[in-house]
Amino acid sequence: MDFNDTAEEAAFRAEAKAWLEANVPTREELGGLDDIQAAKLWQKRKYDAGWACIRWPEEYGGRGASAIEQVIWNQEEGQFAVPGSVFGIGQGMAAPTLMAWASEEHKRKHLPPLASGEHIWCQLFSEPAGGSDLAALRTRAERDGDEWVINGQKIWTSGAHYSDYGIIVLRTDPNVPKHKGLSYFFLDMKSPGIEVRPIKQISGGANFNEVYFTDVRVPDDQRLGAVGQGWQVAITTLMNERAAIGGGGGGVGFKQVFDLARKVEIDGEPAIRDKNVRAKLATWYAQEAGLRFTGYRSMTALSRGATPGPENSIGKLVGASKTQDMASFAMDLLELSGAVSDPAYAEAHGAYQATFMGSPGGRIAGGSDEIMLNILSERVLGMPQDVRVDKGIPFNEVPTGR
Amino acid sequence: MNFEFSDEQNLLREQALGFLQEHCPMSAVRAVLDGDAAYDTDLWTKIAELGWTATAIPEQHGGLGLSYLELSVIAEELGRAVAPVPFSSSVYLATEAILMAGSDAQKERWLPKLATGDAIGTFALGEGPGQPSPQRLATTARKGKLTGEKIPVVDGDIADLAVVVAKADDGDGASLHLVDLAGVERTPVATLDPTRSHARIVFEDTPAEPLGTDGEGWSLTQRLLDRAAVLFAWEQAGGANAALEMAKDYAMERYAFGRPIASYQAIKHKLAHAYVKNTLARSNGYYGAWALDSDAAELPLAAATARVSATQAYYYASKENIQTHGGMGFTWEFDCQFHYRRAKLLSVNIGSEPSWQDKLIAAVERDAA
Repeated sequence: MDFNDTAEEAAFRAEAKAWLEANVPTREELGGLDDIQAAKLWQKRKYDAGWACIRWPEEYGGRGASAIEQVIWNQEEGQFAVPGSVFGIGQGMAAPTLMAWASEEHKRKHLPPLASGEHIWCQLFSEPAGGSDLAALRTRAERDGDEWVINGQKIWTSGAHYSDYGIIVLRTDPNVPKHKGLSYFFLDMKSPGIEVRPIKQISGGANFNEVYFTDVRVPDDQRLGAVGQGWQVAITTLMNERAAIGGGGGGVGFKQVFDLARKVEIDGEPAIRDKNVRAKLATWYAQEAGLRFTGYRSMTALSRGATPGPENSIGKLVGASKTQDMASFAMDLLELSGAVSDPAYAEAHGAYQATFMGSPGGRIAGGSDEIMLNILSERVLGMPQDVRVDKGIPFNEVPTGR
Repeated sequence: MNFEFSDEQNLLREQALGFLQEHCPMSAVRAVLDGDAAYDTDLWTKIAELGWTATAIPEQHGGLGLSYLELSVIAEELGRAVAPVPFSSSVYLATEAILMAGSDAQKERWLPKLATGDAIGTFALGEGPGQPSPQRLATTARKGKLTGEKIPVVDGDIADLAVVVAKADDGDGASLHLVDLAGVERTPVATLDPTRSHARIVFEDTPAEPLGTDGEGWSLTQRLLDRAAVLFAWEQAGGANAALEMAKDYAMERYAFGRPIASYQAIKHKLAHAYVKNTLARSNGYYGAWALDSDAAELPLAAATARVSATQAYYYASKENIQTHGGMGFTWEFDCQFHYRRAKLLSVNIGSEPSWQDKLIAAVERDAA
């Protein structure tokens, strides 16, 4: 065992690093740009030099790189303070779905602007009546010649307010069992009849939206897969969602809370001397390390040209809860000041409080903890699915709640 | 990045798994639980014939000269099988202590016998309830004679030699001694896991040889425990996966309210949590194995990380395995008890979860200093 790159990997890493050192935008270059403008500037620069979406085939805007090269690129890019990406859903979820299901013409038209950052895409899946039970969605599409007419409502749509295109699953036949009556499309977010309303979150932000559809028309040409095959196409997207959402950490980690525990006191001594504090921190350290080394195992598989096992699917599940618990614990260490989020007075400019309020979202987005546990028990451990009382029943006869 | 066992090591794993399925089924573990034997002597002989006891001993001392990665693989499989043999005491502790601190003569005398399994070694540290420390040691060594009482000593009733931690007036307050246990008074002590025997050993002017430098015994002990912790962690990880498998297999076959209990989320989520803990434990075990094998400076941190993870994983899997079995899991007749007993035994054998959590943070503090 070792942590070293192969000769080819090392050469690739050196090339990536050299390019990044010469091309990461300076603070001056980004001055005055908003987040989206900054993200687009960086994405375009990568695209022009062949460093965008590197796993994609060259004809679609990538460089045909291997999976391990993608990991190496991510590691190296992660070393720099580059503008945050707003392209994750488009590049990570819409693009793989287009590659698997779209016509060659659509791929050549839509993939390069996704890679270059010219177009931002969003994902219109969840609905008020269909979250974890996605296939219970109700937004209708009715055929009218070469077009479909959409009516209904989507929810939790991240970035809908600045997206150019969206991928969407719609009910095209309510008279068959729920999974069989769905079809999958992509559409122009500027289409007439689309109304985007931001949702204010408990964290105070508004990263996602409700999207209302009133007689919105989408060409049949933009359907992916056959009519009634939407669920199968959606699975392609969802398989990539967990990879795109990934780590689930962010905000507060071991190092930060460890440093805090050395700074604040319990019983007149640094909190880090307290055995209970040490026990908790040790458990979180072991979880973080376990996730890191699980990643190394996956990386080894990729490096050998093999497919990683299911181990990596635990990342979001472990990371999201750990983040929440650590933020909560950090606030306990702060005692009375744990409540203060005012950046002028708060420890770490309010990062703990912000993480505490944001972390419940991490446990729900991209598959809730409960869905992740179902996936692990069913797909990894091979345990049977729960009984489904709506199985085989036409969708319009399935009992519904409020 | 090469963070995986080699093909040869994975082949060894398959062989070990197959061998233990044949020669160490749960009925063999149960035979030790219900019988009078302190351990499975047949299994011990066979294991020694396979060379497992010789794995990491250099060839010049009668060993196979393989790496700690091979030993980690074997440890995981022994853990999975809940093997009723003194492997951890003899191989991870006594053998390692002599490799670490023994003189040429001591190595010459003991390592070949430990390699063939003809001698069983153990490590005698504890002297009653609570965390051991140099201050609390009452066992003393004077002019080559050892006096004091050690309890519990894992496999102390069946061991041929013991590495004993005694009080020292100088240095770090402790010294290690090598004691031939022939003729030494030993009393078996009942423990919560009768498949691994324990003893009380009383030394009264017992002849003993210093192992390593006098007054360096405590730091040697810490190093020894760090090294052993990685291998204990692999045993625990193996046991944790076996307990999860046992729970899953039962849940698939057991029906309630007209369907397998494995289809209920209350059971699925419990076992998915076990899978997560087991995965983290194994991944941290990789890091520990790498650090042990490469003698890396990170070993104390890597060992504590692997140990904390594995202790948590095995405890969780073993108790939830019983829970998944319901009332049957609580019966003597069912095999769930073996993992529950072994999980707790291994978790206290070389220091408790809080002790290793403390060590983990201490290692992080040293790095941050």
